[in-house]
Amino acid sequence: MNDVPLLNVEHLTMRFGGLVAIDDVSFSARNGQITGIIGPNGAGKTTVFNCLTGFYKPSVGRLALNAPHGTFLLEQTDGFRIAQQARVARTFQNIRLFAGMSVLENLIVAQHNKLMKESGFTIAGLLWLPRHRAAERQSVELARYWLDRIGLTSRADWQAGNLPYGDQRRLEIARAMCTDPVLLCLDEPAAGLNARESAELNELLLEIKAQQGIGILLIEHDMSVVMEISDHIVVLDYGRKISDGRPDQVRQDPAVIRAYLGEEEDEELPPEVAEDLAQRGEAGAI
Amino acid sequence: MEYFLQQLINGLSLGAIYGLIAIGYTMVYGIIGMINFAHGDIFMIGAFHSLIAFLVLGLLGVSFVPLALMVVLVIAVLLTATYGWTVERVAYRPLRRSTRLAPLISAIGMSIFLQNSVQLLQGARGKPLVSVIPGAITLVDSGTFAVQISYMQIVIMLVTVSLMTVFTLMITRTTLGRAQRACEQDQRMASLLGVNIDRTISITFVIGASLAAVAGLMVTLYYGIIDFYLGFVAGIKAFTAAVLGGIGSLPGAMLGGILIGLIEAFWSAYFSVEYKDVAAFGVLVLVLIFRPSGLLGRPEVEKV
Repeated sequence: MNDVPLLNVEHLTMRFGGLVAIDDVSFSARNGQITGIIGPNGAGKTTVFNCLTGFYKPSVGRLALNAPHGTFLLEQTDGFRIAQQARVARTFQNIRLFAGMSVLENLIVAQHNKLMKESGFTIAGLLWLPRHRAAERQSVELARYWLDRIGLTSRADWQAGNLPYGDQRRLEIARAMCTDPVLLCLDEPAAGLNARESAELNELLLEIKAQQGIGILLIEHDMSVVMEISDHIVVLDYGRKISDGRPDQVRQDPAVIRAYLGEEEDEELPPEVAEDLAQRGEAGAI
Repeated sequence: MEYFLQQLINGLSLGAIYGLIAIGYTMVYGIIGMINFAHGDIFMIGAFHSLIAFLVLGLLGVSFVPLALMVVLVIAVLLTATYGWTVERVAYRPLRRSTRLAPLISAIGMSIFLQNSVQLLQGARGKPLVSVIPGAITLVDSGTFAVQISYMQIVIMLVTVSLMTVFTLMITRTTLGRAQRACEQDQRMASLLGVNIDRTISITFVIGASLAAVAGLMVTLYYGIIDFYLGFVAGIKAFTAAVLGGIGSLPGAMLGGILIGLIEAFWSAYFSVEYKDVAAFGVLVLVLIFRPSGLLGRPEVEKV
């Protein structure tokens, strides 16, 4: 495997006025791996994503994407070019589908740049030329492929906003995949899902990792999801990186336990939580 | 009955023109959520470009009417679209991240600027144009009253219907139209999917201005006289049409335009010509009271 990581975040710092949301965080994410980013509320996880996808300009730091099609400095790439040229895709904690468009159209919009080029900036589209029709057909095929993967083929013509919550989550991931990304950033994809949906999601992510061979960055609150499917975990707390390593290493790290549970407060944990933690600890040991 | 039919024809042709202008308002509102008050003046610019192009062609001795019309159409659309693009670039884009009120004020400024510059360059007096498409077909002749549809009215309706068809296909079927609809719903998300937002907005202005240019050409031909103030009333009427139909809705803009045209025509026919504007705006007030989102507009429901 290539030794250069797909994404190299170096000394990322993001300040909002006097508030330091991210303080000198460095980590890397590799191709064909799921990199989990975890941490308590307000640790700066989403801010990292916002820096990666051009919502914020980092105060300090270098975000290098070493994609097969070239190297991009994401902090210097603006707006739509992050998706168009660097090919980074992302999903949101609060789902941002185009609620008024059909499920299928949501997936076709994601192929905008490819279609724009093929249709000669829509001129060929207006004239209904064969070239444009072929490109449209291809994009519909890709969309159908992903609909099939997420089990929404029968609902292709639904308005996206009317889908059940779990379907919307999966559709958002499929839409991100339709942009043909090299790096997929998922912001709490399991939030609000029930246990079965969450398990299906894990399966989908593992499949994407195995088949597409792209890098996946995963923000997650739900420890079970992260621990189960991540190859590598970065732990943030108050904007700092406190741990970085394989899931089993991170789990044992005293700094992580402290951040999640607070110091010297083990006795005061509610019994269910303590039990749950103990179980997870055992599962990790196996 | 004959009189009714005649006013129906007149109202429809007037309404078609309002509808074409209204699309520009509704599209821009849909995509960046602002009322482009300079749009009426863009329409006036379109009318002036058409007039000038006709006069130049006349000087060059082009007398074959269909050819002259095509050439004028192309020239007027190209030049007016450039105006539309420039106005967005100069007056609205720099204000995109400021308060909602800023581009609105900038739009009013742009409107005054366009009006005054045309007044300065072309003079304040009305500019006449000889009738290019004369003649009419008599549909019904009862002896006392003849219902006529002029060739010009036929042209207006045909052009409007075909433009609307192309336009609807473009919005619903093409990549660009899809991107526009996506931007309407969530600009940031569209940009994360690789849609160039600035370019999509520019193209929206260009399309709006092109349709306004066609409307300008047809008004020039229909009325045979234009002045620098033309865009003000027509702009307000078209804006009313857009709100009436439901601002942000494209079929709504067309429907609103036709309704405003019909209201004016029938009010003038059966009540008084002086108060036709009062009638049009009165209907607007009623619609806003009883159906604030317009006839075809989706009510904005905030999901909790």
